[in-house]
Amino acid sequence: MQLFSCPFCGPRGESEFRFAGEFGNARPEGATVTDAQWSSYLHRRSNPKGRSAELWLHLTCGEVFRLDRDTLTHVVSGSYALGDCAEEVQP
Amino acid sequence: MTAFRVEGAGRIDRARPLLFHFDDVEVRGFAGDTIASALLASGVNVVGRSFKYHRPRGVWGFGVEDPNSLVDIAAPVVGANAQATTTLAFDGMRVKSVNGRPNVARDRGRFIDLFARFMPAGFYYKTFMFPNWHLFEPSVRAMSGFGRVDADAELPRSAEQINRAVDVLVVGAGPAGLLAALRAAEAGRSVLLVEQGGTVGGSLLVRTAAIDGRDGVTWTAEMLQRLAERGATVMTRTTAFGVYDHGLVALNEKGQGGRPDRLWRIRPGHVVLATGAIERPLPFANNDLPGVRSAEAALAYLRHHGIATGRKVVVATNNGLAYETAEALAAAGVDVTLVDSRRDAGIVPKGYGLLTGRSVVAAEGRGEVAGVRLDDGSRLVADSVVVSGGFTPTVHLYCQARGKLVWDAVAAAFVPGGPLAGLSLAGAVTGAFDLAGVFASVGTALQPIGVAAGALPAVAAGQPYAIAAAWPKPGAEGRVFIDLQHDVTVKDVELAARENYTSVEHLKRYTALGMAGDQGKTSNLNGIALMAELTGRTIPEVGTTTYRPPFTPVPLSSLAGWRSGGLFNPPRRLVLENVHRDAGASLREYGGWLRPAFYGDGPEVEAVAREARRAREAVALFDGSPLGKIEVCGPEAAAFVDFVYYNAMATLPVGRCRYGLMLAESGVVFDDGVLMRLDANRFVVSCSSSHVAAVQAHLEAWRQDRFDRKRLFIHNATPALATLTLSGPQARPLLETLDLGLALDDAALPHMAFASGAFDGVPVRVSRVSFTGDRSYELVIGSDRAEALWTRLMAAGAAFGITPLGTEALMVLRAEKGYIVIGKDSDGLTLPVDLGVTAPLRRKKGEFIGRRSLVSPEAQRPDRKQLVGLVVEDGEAPLVTGAHGVETRDGAKRSIGYVTSSYVSPGLGRPIALGLIERGASRHGEVIDIQHQRTMRQARIAAPCAFDPAGERLNG
Amino acid sequence: MTKRYSAFALLKEGLVGHTGWQPAWRSPEPKPRYDVVVVGGGGHGLATAHYLVRNHGLSSVAVIEKGWIGGGNSGRNTTVVRSNYFFPESAALYEMALKLYEGLSRALNYNIMLSQRGMVSLCHSPAEMETAARTVNAMQINGIDAELLSRAEVQRLMPALNCGPDARYPVYGAVHQARGGTARHDAVNWGYARAADRAGVDILQNTEVTDFIIEDGACRGVRTSRGDIRADRVGIAVAGHTSVLAARAGFRLPLTSFALQAAITEAVKPALDCVVVSPATGTYVSQSDKGDMVLGGGLDLVPSYGQRGNLPTLETVIAGLLEMFPSFRQLRLARQWAGITDVTPDSSPIIGESPLPNLFLNCGWGTGGFKAIPAGGTLFAHLLATGKHHEISRPFDLDRFERGRLIDEAAGSGIAH
Repeated sequence: MQLFSCPFCGPRGESEFRFAGEFGNARPEGATVTDAQWSSYLHRRSNPKGRSAELWLHLTCGEVFRLDRDTLTHVVSGSYALGDCAEEVQP
Repeated sequence: MTAFRVEGAGRIDRARPLLFHFDDVEVRGFAGDTIASALLASGVNVVGRSFKYHRPRGVWGFGVEDPNSLVDIAAPVVGANAQATTTLAFDGMRVKSVNGRPNVARDRGRFIDLFARFMPAGFYYKTFMFPNWHLFEPSVRAMSGFGRVDADAELPRSAEQINRAVDVLVVGAGPAGLLAALRAAEAGRSVLLVEQGGTVGGSLLVRTAAIDGRDGVTWTAEMLQRLAERGATVMTRTTAFGVYDHGLVALNEKGQGGRPDRLWRIRPGHVVLATGAIERPLPFANNDLPGVRSAEAALAYLRHHGIATGRKVVVATNNGLAYETAEALAAAGVDVTLVDSRRDAGIVPKGYGLLTGRSVVAAEGRGEVAGVRLDDGSRLVADSVVVSGGFTPTVHLYCQARGKLVWDAVAAAFVPGGPLAGLSLAGAVTGAFDLAGVFASVGTALQPIGVAAGALPAVAAGQPYAIAAAWPKPGAEGRVFIDLQHDVTVKDVELAARENYTSVEHLKRYTALGMAGDQGKTSNLNGIALMAELTGRTIPEVGTTTYRPPFTPVPLSSLAGWRSGGLFNPPRRLVLENVHRDAGASLREYGGWLRPAFYGDGPEVEAVAREARRAREAVALFDGSPLGKIEVCGPEAAAFVDFVYYNAMATLPVGRCRYGLMLAESGVVFDDGVLMRLDANRFVVSCSSSHVAAVQAHLEAWRQDRFDRKRLFIHNATPALATLTLSGPQARPLLETLDLGLALDDAALPHMAFASGAFDGVPVRVSRVSFTGDRSYELVIGSDRAEALWTRLMAAGAAFGITPLGTEALMVLRAEKGYIVIGKDSDGLTLPVDLGVTAPLRRKKGEFIGRRSLVSPEAQRPDRKQLVGLVVEDGEAPLVTGAHGVETRDGAKRSIGYVTSSYVSPGLGRPIALGLIERGASRHGEVIDIQHQRTMRQARIAAPCAFDPAGERLNG
Repeated sequence: MTKRYSAFALLKEGLVGHTGWQPAWRSPEPKPRYDVVVVGGGGHGLATAHYLVRNHGLSSVAVIEKGWIGGGNSGRNTTVVRSNYFFPESAALYEMALKLYEGLSRALNYNIMLSQRGMVSLCHSPAEMETAARTVNAMQINGIDAELLSRAEVQRLMPALNCGPDARYPVYGAVHQARGGTARHDAVNWGYARAADRAGVDILQNTEVTDFIIEDGACRGVRTSRGDIRADRVGIAVAGHTSVLAARAGFRLPLTSFALQAAITEAVKPALDCVVVSPATGTYVSQSDKGDMVLGGGLDLVPSYGQRGNLPTLETVIAGLLEMFPSFRQLRLARQWAGITDVTPDSSPIIGESPLPNLFLNCGWGTGGFKAIPAGGTLFAHLLATGKHHEISRPFDLDRFERGRLIDEAAGSGIAH
């Protein structure tokens, strides 16, 4: 049972959370979005081995937040509430 | 009979004799005996048959390392493959041997061993191909496996699981573990000390020691006393079997008195592994004969159970630690000869014969040991041979925690490379095999947590370990066994090397070395060393295989815990469940909810038809409480619902409802339902019953990702509110009798509008939305008042011909109307266009989820599967849901879609069906073939709505 | 020296102490260039090499493996083979694999122990029976053996299965593919390796690809821990680690790596005859020829490259198993582990050219790669040898994600992957 830290609730067991995607996958919008751009947004992933910045949902409180973790060692290095200057934090 | 009880020796309770059955043999023992020790003392030499060759095997070890003594327990608590060395014996127990027919003593399968030369490692990869493996497999399967599953056994359906956090978890209660635990406890840490054996003390209960002037047993008792005074918890018969991510350590505590084992999940601040070491066999021919066993085990059986392993014993060793076994056996009156492969150990024998610079090359005897042959050709007579090939540190948990091993040439073993974050090591696991070294390692182990080891206990020097490695040699004569449980010999490893299965993982997989239930605790290192020798590599170059949990086998029941029956994925229950039961409802699980399928006795088909008919003719009451009620509020609410729905929603007037689709970003229809606008900044999302959690998560993710979280809130009110739906031509007159304090006429409350009223002073929201096609009123009220409202409606409804409506009948009614159920009439590919909903894409100005996907090339394909009605053209029988529409193209039959819903419509008196059919929207009127289980039907494609297409009944 | 495997050879070698057997494969030194280099010595990579020679006559082929062959998912899976798929595209792919499996032992002269014990997918509600009917009919139309079983028929196949009304998930029936079953995973890897080696393929173990040689905007080979190796075409078949190599080649793929756990119990005498999966409990299980119960379930839905098991998913899987087979409470878990699966958005594989010319992909098999090995090898070899798709692999090209033409079995059939 891994421990993830919800910015709102604190550390909780992994089964309370759901992976919601890679952090920073910007949604392309507007009339000029090509099939390729849209497909890339929908499907292409960095899927890094090692340090990774991810979006997670804490199912019990509804908080969606950024979780920085290592996909190989599973060490968690930080979690950030969205909007709290999360964009400036480098993974 | 070889082994025997030594008068007055051991810690068994001779005042409490016990008797159990091993197959049909009566076995006598004493309280404190394990099955293995009682069998030994009773002269049962053959306790098992080996996996592959069915060779007779005796007790080899003392604890979890024993590869030979698996048994089935038939009573009192049934268990397959119990380890006789770790299972306590009870009076009246029934124990069955495994892998022998009729039993291991007279195994008819023993002839297999005669063909052993034709069955080397991996022989099955080279044969059984002609004509077909299928012909050979049944007999191979019948030969495989050890114990039996007793299909009729009554077993407890649940086991306890306990979570606990401690400052320091110490694994192993030998001298190192005891000292580490005490020092941590003295420093004020909460401490849990776990020991897999039945007693605390480890080697101190087996080997002679002098610690601070006391013997080992006394010192142990004192340590236990002091641990208790400091509030430390000590658990015996508890195995730490796994170290998992983020430091979780899992323990299995053996059950007693019929209580099943239980699982402990420990979150330690720090772990000290004091897991000790396991003795290896010596490689010589026929080293698997019953009567050959570990020297350490022989000493343990003597000290714990008062059992001498034989009357004439050869002790064979390559290190100093086996001398104590020789000395102790001699002191118990056994005729002992010690054969030490080292030239000069400088030890003066006490009461036993000593041959140095000599090695055993073969054990001799038929079915059991009769003697040994030495490398100089001489022979010794013996009824038991006890061996020590050295000790292998028990590094399993360290490696599970991603620790890296290093090779210690002096100790001739892999040892931990050093402490890890949150985990350190003490005792023999570090390669320290003398007591002074063991205690010294405790100081190192406690450093990371800032606990001082203080003055270390003063110990008298024992025999130096001074091992001279004796690895298996290539070309050794005879059958030298490396893995006893899986029958892997030196020749097998040689074959693996010859065939280039030289990676340690290939060696394991090809020969099955270390793959048995004991996971190679006694065998892996010998196999690795031999492979190194054969391939000209060093032992660390060959390396070890990956250590996987569990350290020892764990009952499945421990891991399942309480998740059984109704506690395994418990279904969600309606507030009105008892009301429905009283009304004769048959309950069934729908989307995780236990709901009425239909009411009353009789065949389901008739009950469903009865309810559906009454709903159309009079009035029906349906408990729709699981229907989602997610409130969206705040200044950004309107923009939000416009974004999350496919349909335009910002324009929805207050007091009105609008049906809409929610899409995933892929454009696929994710959910459908009605949105209500309570006021300018407040909406209620009504989503599918089985989808509430998913929709809520979906909405939360988009809310926080895209909107101002301080100006938009989402609240799932579903559990707090019940939804009772009245439907049918008599719904309005019935509702009027309740005096809810609101106008029910169509001008005041038209279809797709809602209003608020009160029922007995409690607010109730009344919405004109319909899932039946008839005039319907959806009443939403606090869950605590649902029963009163239901009861009143049913009572008042009697005069109007009311019926409770089950889910099955509702499904029929909605299907008549062509109303879809997401996930049933749509699938994971269905786009709005496939359901005929295209206006929003054309008209809606703003951005919404999934928009871009709807203009992808795929979304434009003309041959998409589209929702249609299907009218049966060949008789009265309904189509089968799941049947496919088929056509023949280029001579090949292909599916063009399938039936998603199918019923006999009581209203229409004929079968109705919905389906997803290629290009269906443009094929109305066309007759297609429908296939189910190779039978063909015919159906005509039609509009989805089969009943009241003009929608007049909504206001009827 | 004994080259060919047979009962006779085994008898003959038995009389001389098995000293005549040859290495199953060589350990050659890498050459500076090959026609085709396949990165990844798992089942798919080895099978690809085998078919490059056998079907296309290539003579200069290497398989490059970071560790030891068969050490990834092809040696960690639960050995199930089946072709009970819904869409014609998937059916064609997996049926090709199953048909090849049916002749593979003799084709490779290596007994892969294909055991067609039958694959049973349970149904626990009337709704699941409807979904099952949809699947069975789809399979029958696609020309694949499938039957819809009643509860009584299921019970007959599995006497130990709790089919009673007290079951948490009562059994209504099942989808049965009689030709489904298991094969010995190591034997598949080793059988292909031996056959490929015999045909001249260089299998380079303990050789790590560190980068690609990219010249003129195209892939010209690989840089490895044992030096540069040039090749006309390079194929990647590294499952869960595909994204790592893709990053080195400069592109991203529609893949996320997750751990899939598996576990075995201790070995017992035969107690379960077929492979069974329960979508409701998320558990699948079969009993191996050795006697242990081999179990698995759903993914650990935490992106991961850590090839190790964890408790939460395993506990759920085991609880599901014991609900299905209450008498298995007597059994004990012997070992748990995990493989890293590369999961695509539609859970179907990717076979096709990568965004970097001359570099080709065989990936995205997710939880289902083992059963597809012979087809994956055949199709990938076709692509690497000809530069063109075989008609069966065409729908699985990377371009389907841009076109939106996903092949989502779970979406179509409701049966979990």
